[in-house]
Amino acid sequence: MCGFSGYFGSNRDGKALLERMTAAIAHRGPDEQGVFATPQAGLGHVRLSIVGLGDGQQPMSDPSGELTIAFNGEIFNYVELRDELKARGRRLRTSSDTEVILHLYDEMGEECVSLLNGDFAFAIWDSRRRRMMLARDRMGVRPLFYTTQGSTLYFASEVKALLEVPGVTAEIDPIALDQIFTLWAPIAPRTPFRNILELEPAHLMIADERGVTTRAYWRLQFADRSETPAYTDERGAAEDLRALLADATRIRMRADVPVGAYLSGGLDSSIVSALAAGMTPQRLRTFSVTFESAEHDESAFQLEMAAALGTAHSAVACSAGDIARVFPEVIRFTERPIIRTAPAPLFQLSGLVQEAGLKVVMTGEGADEVFAGYDIFKEARVRRFCGRQQGSRIRPHLFRKLYPYLPGLKQQSPEYLAAFFGAGDEPLNDPLFSHRPRFKGTAATKLFFSAELRAELEDYDATEELIGRLPKDFGRWHPLHQAQYLESRFLLPGYILSSQGDRMAMAHGIEGRFPFLDHRLVEFAAKLPPEMKLKRLTEKHILREATKDLLPPMIGKRTKQPYRAPDSHSFSGPGAFDYVRDALSEKTVSAAGLFNAKAVAKLHEKCRTRPASGFRDNAAFVGILSTQLWLQTFTGAGRKAAAA
Amino acid sequence: MTQTVKDKVRTFIIENFLFGDTSYELADTASLIENDIIDSTGVLELVAFIEDQFGIVMVDADIVPANLDSLARITTFIEAKAAVPVTA
Repeated sequence: MCGFSGYFGSNRDGKALLERMTAAIAHRGPDEQGVFATPQAGLGHVRLSIVGLGDGQQPMSDPSGELTIAFNGEIFNYVELRDELKARGRRLRTSSDTEVILHLYDEMGEECVSLLNGDFAFAIWDSRRRRMMLARDRMGVRPLFYTTQGSTLYFASEVKALLEVPGVTAEIDPIALDQIFTLWAPIAPRTPFRNILELEPAHLMIADERGVTTRAYWRLQFADRSETPAYTDERGAAEDLRALLADATRIRMRADVPVGAYLSGGLDSSIVSALAAGMTPQRLRTFSVTFESAEHDESAFQLEMAAALGTAHSAVACSAGDIARVFPEVIRFTERPIIRTAPAPLFQLSGLVQEAGLKVVMTGEGADEVFAGYDIFKEARVRRFCGRQQGSRIRPHLFRKLYPYLPGLKQQSPEYLAAFFGAGDEPLNDPLFSHRPRFKGTAATKLFFSAELRAELEDYDATEELIGRLPKDFGRWHPLHQAQYLESRFLLPGYILSSQGDRMAMAHGIEGRFPFLDHRLVEFAAKLPPEMKLKRLTEKHILREATKDLLPPMIGKRTKQPYRAPDSHSFSGPGAFDYVRDALSEKTVSAAGLFNAKAVAKLHEKCRTRPASGFRDNAAFVGILSTQLWLQTFTGAGRKAAAA
Repeated sequence: MTQTVKDKVRTFIIENFLFGDTSYELADTASLIENDIIDSTGVLELVAFIEDQFGIVMVDADIVPANLDSLARITTFIEAKAAVPVTA
């Protein structure tokens, strides 16, 4: 795990620039750094040494000096790939996975990515063909951003490195902001920074004298509804799943440093921890966040699981005040406005791992996307069920069962539940059927957009753009698979992995590893019939079946409790956090021009005095505050206004 | 100056759910749910407002869209429930 930056095109000051760019992302690689610069191309690297501790320095060139790579991430099957390369007569000089990529590229060119099982972003300067190749892993675990200045392409693991390039300035992209305030994340390649893009997951970029081209090398693919499922025998499917999951975990335990695990107390991290504990000769170290509010805290389950596995367990307590305290730093690392505070406790958690002296943690992230664990999948099923018998007073009661942790819903009548969830009203063939209530509810936060921003956006519709990005065969998939695709292809890389995964871990130089996002497992799960994943209203059914011997019943039978953190009321502590008052003051908000300052003042007052605000108010508050902090951090605009 | 029930409710909705956005044309019969003006917590806020401001005790059967999903419906409901006309 590491960070890199680079350029392709003319640059006379390349070495000095690369040193500035890599310094901006030094947190991603505190162990070593290196720079390779020529007038045509350059690569800079900061290294978090995990594999090949003594001989994996980067940028790394092949013996001829014609190929040079800068790499962020891990190739988990590098041992097997090394053996194959050696069997073909290749001589490897290092014990690193980086060199493996270089050899494979030498043999296969850009097609080498098809052999890589891992979380990666890398750049290879090919001086023979005078071209730069960029690549990003299939699920989008590792980031890669780029921009152009004149005819030169610049790229880096985080945007803050690109902001070191002369002429590149931070300016918010209104379309991206609209997308975040509707879909929770920008639609890649768009980022919140105008004119700064990201390479999409599972994509390659080739830059040469003819220009820049990008293409997908892999796609999440589900079967047509009319096809016979690849798996019909549940027991056999569970056995295959268990074997795949064990192997995905096994290869992710490969490291020349100790590997720990996050343990939330939920099913997914418990499975990963249990598998990992059985694969390490040392006592596994596990790490958790606890909350003071009972609504969010899962410490009883964490302790139960840690005791069952005999792990060396550590926890960090996260108070509402802690969330507010670290929030500006969180935004500096997410590099995007967010509408929930959930990344903040994960920022604290990676700090705990860093203090413990570990560099690598296994996590259960991804299981909800791959095995249909999110409530939104069940919700869509209930909405379809209600839609088939509109006007039913009984069916809408099911919505309460979906969200037992939301006290507000318990008090709603069936009529209101049906109305809020759009049960019966939404067209069943809407490609966004599963996500429409979420998107609609989130978009209501755009009430706070200023008149100027509304005018600039005109009649732009983020959901229409999303529909335009769906694959041609999307409509032929089962509704559950459509919902899984939306979650996996857009929300996972655009929000979960970026805001809660890579960026929060790497803020403290910690590498997260995700067995559930092994592409073999993802492809396997996509072939399973929907009812093996969501059985009636039991989520992740096949995963529970495949792992029931690993977990105490208290954990194995747990209904999913989504990971949430206290939202707006975190920022209303007594006399605390002048930055919140400054960021949301009428003067600052007016100067930034994105939001209606008077409306924001009313919202701030409402959230401060009535902490039991609903989703919409919370999302708007966190979204507006994080946008204002984003402006301050990256453009200085808000800060100047406050000081004026 | 007296304020009708409808005016009071309109003011509450504009201040509490539209955060003072007076440019929003809140038609008497417009659905508060379909127009994304209230969410599930908002309904409870609305109920608390009606109980506090108009001295009405609302039972579960009262809390349905038929009574509360538009300015006109809320007004009709309050006027039917209230023992005496309400003025400010």
